[in-house]
Amino acid sequence: MLRFTEEHEWLKLEGDIATVGITTHAAEQLGDLVFIELPKVGAALKKGEGAAVVESVKAASDVYAPVSGEVTEVNPAVVDDPTIVGGDPQGAGWLYRIRLADPGALDSLMDEAAYAAFAK
Amino acid sequence: MHEDAVEPVAPAAHTLPPSSEPERTPIHALHLLHGARMVPFAGYDMPLQYPAGLLKEHLHTRSAAGLFDVSHMGQIALRAEDPAAVASALETLIPADILGLKPGRQRYGLLTDVDGGILDDLMIAHLGDRFVLVVNAARKAADAAHLRAHLPESIRIEMLPRALIALQGPKAEAVLAPLAPDLATMRFMDVREMAVGGVPALVTRSGYTGEDGFEISLPADSAAFVAETLLAHPEVMPVGLGARDSLRLEAGLCLHGSDIDPGTSPIEAGLTWAVSPARRQVGARAGGFPGAARILREIADGPARLRVGLRPEGRMPVRAGAPLFADLDEAEPIGAVTSGGFGPSVEAPVAMGYLPTALSEPGRQVFAEVRGRRLPLAVTRLPFVPAGFKRG
Repeated sequence: MLRFTEEHEWLKLEGDIATVGITTHAAEQLGDLVFIELPKVGAALKKGEGAAVVESVKAASDVYAPVSGEVTEVNPAVVDDPTIVGGDPQGAGWLYRIRLADPGALDSLMDEAAYAAFAK
Repeated sequence: MHEDAVEPVAPAAHTLPPSSEPERTPIHALHLLHGARMVPFAGYDMPLQYPAGLLKEHLHTRSAAGLFDVSHMGQIALRAEDPAAVASALETLIPADILGLKPGRQRYGLLTDVDGGILDDLMIAHLGDRFVLVVNAARKAADAAHLRAHLPESIRIEMLPRALIALQGPKAEAVLAPLAPDLATMRFMDVREMAVGGVPALVTRSGYTGEDGFEISLPADSAAFVAETLLAHPEVMPVGLGARDSLRLEAGLCLHGSDIDPGTSPIEAGLTWAVSPARRQVGARAGGFPGAARILREIADGPARLRVGLRPEGRMPVRAGAPLFADLDEAEPIGAVTSGGFGPSVEAPVAMGYLPTALSEPGRQVFAEVRGRRLPLAVTRLPFVPAGFKRG
């Protein structure tokens, strides 16, 4: 199940763990990324607080936690080579995985069609 | 997603309120045609980047040639019966040797205020019968008013409604040669009137990238033709404001409104070279410009603080506004970053900022606070990349 936030993140739910990344639309807006900072594995994130930072040549952007939960895994490949996110933001460019504190937390988020309309 | 950093190419002070409709340069349509992402900057709708993206645009300018629209900048012509009268009058506002500027040459200068602060930085070109100034977009109205208020009535001041494009990079001369054969004999900071592709142009061999290159002033209605002719060349890529900012930062060049402003003096900014020897304490025409007392005192005694280059030790960029500290736990900042980002040619983050003079020697370690953490940076000589100017 793929879900999207108004902050231009995507979440893919498998069991009670969601993979989180930034959307293709967000990646296009940001341009070439040069630095990515990810949360620590084991960190407890609260919905709405800063979870990651993605930086282009021009600017730094916060990526807020779209749901509350515990970080179970991060993607070291994007830290080594931030351009992976620009090349494949909704695939190889995933940022981190989070175990949902509330299994129903994704219900209120947008599906792909709703996000496509929102991001227009 | 939320952009929390200061946008180095569009500081808030340069941006008009969102209610006012941004102006368009004479080649605005060309930007749209080439797929630019447009942003408001200094009251104009300007290209931030094209589909190639900032990194490619930056690197292409360093290896081949990049085409920039800088028509938003102010071009001001100054005329009088006797051109020396213009030079003499400008020397009352700018601490440069303008009487010594030969026809066909251009010089960098600063408009200073009575406190020795920098109202604007500008280029001054001597065309024989007139002087042409190129000033920052966000300052052009204020500069024109300042000139009108302080220059004698006998000097005519005209804001030129012309386009200004820049072709920058090591291939710029070869690209332009078929369109303007004379231009190959120009040296860095030469200015010449010539036809470019049959269009009457004012060409200077200068720019804002640290590379060899040209700025070409054109009649507004022929600028798109010249720009498209240049873009048709396989070595030329259009370059937006994003790469313009990263190129000038790597070249150690100041952005007015960020690195220099009325709160900084030329000496603090490391622009002592822009205060010509003739205007210094023992010079032929010492002083006689706004803020001379402070500026000449700082040349003699040294300024309290200095603009320096900074190299963050890790990969994380340090942006404008980040406070600088002497060590990891000192409470009081000793300075601040004024420009910072990622240097695509350096392949690492680069920054500039101000430090107390005693702490400004290259090699010293200082710390910048970013998102609550202190990151080590090394004070570095500027520029970050060697200049490619054709001086010979």
